[in-house]
Amino acid sequence: MSKPHKQIILGAYLGGVNHHTLWSDPEAGSQIDFASFRHAAQTAERGRFDFFFLAEGLALRERLGLIFDQDVVGRPDTLPVLAALAAVTEHLGLIGTINATFNEPYELARQLSSLDHLSGGRAGWNVVTSFDAFTGANFRRADFLHRDERYTRAGEFLAAARELWDSWAADAVAADREAGVFLRDAKAGEFAFDGAQFDISGRFTTPRSPQGRPVILQAGVSPQGRDFAAGGADAIFSPYHRLDEAQEFYRDIRARAARLGRPADAVKLLPHASFVLGESEADAIERHRDITRRQIGGRTAQILLETVWNRDLSGYDPDGPLPDVDPDPEGPPVIRGRARIAEDAHRRVAEWRALAEAESYSLRDLAIHVFGRTEFVGTPEQVADRIDTFVQQDGSDGFILGSHLTPTGLDEFVDKVVPLLQERGSLRTDYTGTTLRDNLGLPYPNAHPDVQPNVQPDTTRVA
Amino acid sequence: MSSVPNPATPLHLAVALDGAGWHPAAWREPDSRADELFTARYWTDLVAEAEAGLLDFVTIEDALGLQSTGFDRIDDRIDQVRGRLDAVLIAARVAPSTRHIGLIPTATVTHTEPFHVSKAIATLDYVSLGRAGWRAQISRPVDNAHFGRREQPAFTFADLGKPEAVAAVAETFAEARDFVEVVRRLWDSWEDHAEIRDAATGRFIDRDKLHYIDFVGPRFRVRGPSIVPRPPQGQPLVTVLAHDTVPYRLGADSADVVYVTPRDHDHARDIVTEIRAEQRLAGRESQTVHVFGDVVVVLDESTTAARERKARLDDLDGAEYASDALVFTGTAVELADLLQDWQHAGLTGYRLRPAALPHDLRAITRELIPELQRRGVFRTSYDAGSLRSRLGLPRPANRYAAPAPAAAAS
Repeated sequence: MSKPHKQIILGAYLGGVNHHTLWSDPEAGSQIDFASFRHAAQTAERGRFDFFFLAEGLALRERLGLIFDQDVVGRPDTLPVLAALAAVTEHLGLIGTINATFNEPYELARQLSSLDHLSGGRAGWNVVTSFDAFTGANFRRADFLHRDERYTRAGEFLAAARELWDSWAADAVAADREAGVFLRDAKAGEFAFDGAQFDISGRFTTPRSPQGRPVILQAGVSPQGRDFAAGGADAIFSPYHRLDEAQEFYRDIRARAARLGRPADAVKLLPHASFVLGESEADAIERHRDITRRQIGGRTAQILLETVWNRDLSGYDPDGPLPDVDPDPEGPPVIRGRARIAEDAHRRVAEWRALAEAESYSLRDLAIHVFGRTEFVGTPEQVADRIDTFVQQDGSDGFILGSHLTPTGLDEFVDKVVPLLQERGSLRTDYTGTTLRDNLGLPYPNAHPDVQPNVQPDTTRVA
Repeated sequence: MSSVPNPATPLHLAVALDGAGWHPAAWREPDSRADELFTARYWTDLVAEAEAGLLDFVTIEDALGLQSTGFDRIDDRIDQVRGRLDAVLIAARVAPSTRHIGLIPTATVTHTEPFHVSKAIATLDYVSLGRAGWRAQISRPVDNAHFGRREQPAFTFADLGKPEAVAAVAETFAEARDFVEVVRRLWDSWEDHAEIRDAATGRFIDRDKLHYIDFVGPRFRVRGPSIVPRPPQGQPLVTVLAHDTVPYRLGADSADVVYVTPRDHDHARDIVTEIRAEQRLAGRESQTVHVFGDVVVVLDESTTAARERKARLDDLDGAEYASDALVFTGTAVELADLLQDWQHAGLTGYRLRPAALPHDLRAITRELIPELQRRGVFRTSYDAGSLRSRLGLPRPANRYAAPAPAAAAS
């Protein structure tokens, strides 16, 4: 075989504010208590995962002006949880989603660098942005960031953060008692960044961290977003799970990275994925069917379709046909604080009507089809094989895995699938590096890469 | 001095951790771990030592700007400790490896978002199981350029009496007061037991127990609710350091613990009198507001040894160390006398600032504490419970919760 065997990158996340998490399951635990995060992270480390990943929330969702109460609501703050997890894990990377819109570079760069110090080089940042005035109602800058500016801001934010992270030389701290020299450089931390969004200067307080800079994750599927991520990110969320689409994205990102002067493998591609295991294939399919129908009950089905219809659909029978009204994308928002999933609601609904007719789908069947996706369903052997094949055939470099059950859902994967991946030589049996960059096979950053401040990561994440 | 132990009002004791210690030359001590200041192990070791000494809590200093000998400029010195990690994250990192001691990081209120600070401290309360607090601190004008958003005169200490500086200080403290108010409202924006997991109706929460805080002020607006449920203590501790009337007022209005810097017994009494008066004006006379005296401590087995050590450190630094707080040099027994004396002036506790780490922290935990225990004025073990309960603060009712219905006659 000429092609080298790839080591699969695995991340783990704890399910949260969406219909995937079965909070009413008798085995479901707290979404808030640190014990839940500790269990999930230690399980991931036992399975030799590369990192643990936490999403963030900045505003509670609303439906028809009322706080949404059907799914998990509430979560702890990302960075303190990751810092606490650094105390109870040794090797696991700790990556948080943090919004660049409602933070300031000086403060956030300092927090991320601190996390890198306090974890011995295991910190990562998933960069997202928001233009959402609804979320903005919780923040000082609510009233002066326009939608288009968020792109400029995200690019500048990252460039400014890099300026700050690079402002201390790696050996700036001498701590030489005899000579009385604490700093080798009287100007350590001196920085200046001037752009359309930020005009900042002064002295950064935090010495260069073990990884130099935290690992950067982004998402982006538009051409602009792909360039932005390929030019500046260490890893990219891939939204594609079908092998041909995923391979196309993989090739494209690598080509863009190379054009931007980076080694082709400097950017790792990682789709998120969930799984359901069974003792036999039929057992797995039956479990999956049961889980999906509990995830998307009739009420949840109505609400999920409301995200596209933008109408109150509570009057429509979940077991009946699709709503007989057109979507109302221009109307006042029925649901706020959730990323829009349809650019063109009329076209989307027309497609769904055709699909429902062809498949004899009820309203709920359609919602399950559209929103109930589980990527890996099968026996442990089947799931191990599908994951490995997807990665070896360059659909991605690995996966970020979550489960429908908090916090123990990952245990089954680690107990049953991980050993099979290790037998295949596709997953490490022990950690070899000390930092997240080491484990991901990423180089230590020595210099400023060329960041293009005027293109964007095109993802919005709230709640 | 005759010290009358009064076991009914035991002392509260905290230590203030900062870099290699509060003396600028502390990092040059032979036992200093100056090359580990930016590691987790350094901080976990220090806090473990403080917990072994049964202290109420530790504070962790921080700022959004580099340390400097001057308030109004960055001095470019290379012979003192420069650089810091984020204090909230240090506290979170330390929390799982400790069990009892309170953790009170500094977080700045100027330039930052109350929504972020609120959820960070609430989360610290979750990861520490009810041991979190917060020291709210305003930022120096010299650090404004780090954020580039705020026009403010760059005044110095010498300018503090001038009208523009007075106005700027008043504005900054008014903002701080609003900030604390928003943080406290956000902590209450979820009532206790708002998470109901009612499978029958499919409701994860009872939305009637979540509240918009709808804060509107001249400097920011915050709608809420928080995304973090009400923290275990209900309200984690809010603490402030204060040296003058304007900050005393902030403490009396808004804080659970005010750190003050008395020079002597009479000064301590005057400060406490002023804070208690402000507390009455703020309508908080029925609430417990602790007034802790801050003292920098250089502790050794003899007074002479302590003075010599301070002189040696001063010599290394090239200047006699002066602080906003009294710099105490002496023995643990002498310090115990002073703490009891000032307690009679009305202080309810102390935040001791070790001049050099780990030396002066160990002197506190291994000499001062046993001395206070012998005198019957300090605990001999931790009891279970939150940081609030250790300080005699009740778990507060939620401001948004409907009052409990009057008990029906039965």
